[in-house]
Amino acid sequence: MTTIAAEGAPSYISAGYTLRSWLTTRDHKRIALLYGVSILFFFLVAAAAAAMIRLELLTPAGDLVDDDTYNKLFTVHGVVMVWFFLIPSIPSTFGNFLIPLMIGAKDVAFPRLNLASWYIYTLGGLFVVVTLIAGGVDTGWTFYTPYTTMFSNSHVILAVTGVFIVGFSSIFTGLNFIVTVHQMRAPGMTWFRLPLFVWAHYATSLVMVLATPVLAMTLALIAIERLLGVGIFDPALGGDPLLFQHLFWFYSHPAVYIMILPAMGVVSEVITCFSRKPVFGYQFMVYSLLAIAAVGFMVWGHHMFVSGQSMYAGMVFSLLSFLVAIPSAIKVFNWTATLYKGSVRFDAPMLYALGFIGLFMMGGITGIWLAALAADVHLTDTYFVVAHFHYIMVGGAVMAFFSALHFWWPKVTGRLYPDGWARAGAIVMFVGFNLTFFPQYIAGYLGMPRRYHVYPPEFQVLNVLSSGGAVVLGVGYLLPLLYLWWSLRRGRLAGANPWGATGLEWQTPSPPPTYNFASAPRVEGPPYAYQAGGTDGR
Amino acid sequence: MNELQQADAVPAKAPPTGRYWLMWLVLLALQLVNLGSSYLPLGAFNVVVNVGISIVKALLVMAVFMHLSSASPVMRLAAGVGFFFLAVLIGLSLGDYMTRP
Ligand SMILES: [Cu+2]
Repeated sequence: MTTIAAEGAPSYISAGYTLRSWLTTRDHKRIALLYGVSILFFFLVAAAAAAMIRLELLTPAGDLVDDDTYNKLFTVHGVVMVWFFLIPSIPSTFGNFLIPLMIGAKDVAFPRLNLASWYIYTLGGLFVVVTLIAGGVDTGWTFYTPYTTMFSNSHVILAVTGVFIVGFSSIFTGLNFIVTVHQMRAPGMTWFRLPLFVWAHYATSLVMVLATPVLAMTLALIAIERLLGVGIFDPALGGDPLLFQHLFWFYSHPAVYIMILPAMGVVSEVITCFSRKPVFGYQFMVYSLLAIAAVGFMVWGHHMFVSGQSMYAGMVFSLLSFLVAIPSAIKVFNWTATLYKGSVRFDAPMLYALGFIGLFMMGGITGIWLAALAADVHLTDTYFVVAHFHYIMVGGAVMAFFSALHFWWPKVTGRLYPDGWARAGAIVMFVGFNLTFFPQYIAGYLGMPRRYHVYPPEFQVLNVLSSGGAVVLGVGYLLPLLYLWWSLRRGRLAGANPWGATGLEWQTPSPPPTYNFASAPRVEGPPYAYQAGGTDGR
Repeated sequence: MNELQQADAVPAKAPPTGRYWLMWLVLLALQLVNLGSSYLPLGAFNVVVNVGISIVKALLVMAVFMHLSSASPVMRLAAGVGFFFLAVLIGLSLGDYMTRP
């Protein structure tokens, strides 16, 4: 495949080496790397909290940290993982880097807004760091009222302010992507020629723009009640605590789709590339992405089945939650059908993507159990729920993040990583993940409640398994850090298209030049023009 | 080609301000109708009438002050989607509050 850019055009990395050139850049690719470094930092912070939690849970007694500290540990783990890693993870790094490349544009529609979103993210992150230094927050990541507004003696306002601020960075990113996809597509790049990665980010952006303002408003109401004593959520002041849960979950359920839709986009690209076949049912894939984004807004009440919500509303929310399973299942079936009779290769990105499908399915199907009213009465607030959403968020979104990292690493850095190590890393991560979280399904089903660090001794075996798995999982996360770091200097040069993939991002040098393409590309056919069994250019 | 294509930039001509003043008067008039209707003994239909008038006012604000009457279909769709999901938030929440035992 020929490259469009002129020989010798300087890459986006060699455009400037000073700190200033990075901190004032408007290049979407450099901003993606700024985000990458920032979310890695917060991932490590939240992972450290998780490590402390798993260490504490090795024994049934509360012998490592006291009750308050334990509450603060799982709160910081949740707050930081959700808002400072998972929500921005794929969109603001790979989305930022790839969307303009994939649609044949020079940059996103609003490059300054793009940089501003990173600064806002950083400011929000600063508040969280200050919260931690000041002594932490103990409310759980859900900030449930009236505990948050009336009773907690920890740094609620600081933490809530940080989350409030970081929300705007995701609104800006979403807005930018929507306008970019509408306005910046190359000639011939019609809507139904867009790669599914772009469609997935388009759907994600809609959710970001529509849901995040509700979160901002809800957090502001917490501040108003806590600081000014205005009765909104606290029954003692005439408020309604369920109002908080309605508003909070109106954002926080769709937030799961902010994490999982981009992951689905990544997996679609990887599965089709390593099966050498076009994605099965492209249009159905597009419609199911949009359906998940839309219907995902109408299911939030499944978090409130046992919290005093009307049982009639519970029935409606239960039914609507079942409905979301349909487009999700369509996607899983279509990925499977894409594999069928393909020339499947098991390179590292593919191993991560296949891991995603299995783990996402486990998480999704247990989600259906939890959406069933009667089963949820038994399972609410147990480790079953913890296992369920970690299968979606870690097994799903994080596996896909690593799939993307391995698939586009040669494009981002221009270097190849050692293949054997990468495959081993994928397998270690998959095994470690299951060993960590599968025992939690069982513990939860048997009745172990979440958010306690003292538990009955009969659960110890399962918890030891889980903590041991966390060590394996930790190795699975550290391995890629090491060999990817190594590859930056020692890795073989990748060339423009090491996987023989279709898509405009592979038709420009690796790493791409500052304005992506030497001349504006023209798109002449549908995406994913792979031919199974044929020559694949490798 | 510059970084931002100009397709959806600001409309060349802003509508004359007279239209805004007129709309303001219409909104005030509807406000008075709203007030007056509350004195009519309509029973449950007082609420229906008042909410109906409020919806008309909201639509006028969207059409005139938010320029949606002269906006492109995509812009109208974007605004419509925003209001739709706000309606979902309020509607499904009310579905809880109004059916509690
Ligand atoms: Cu949910």
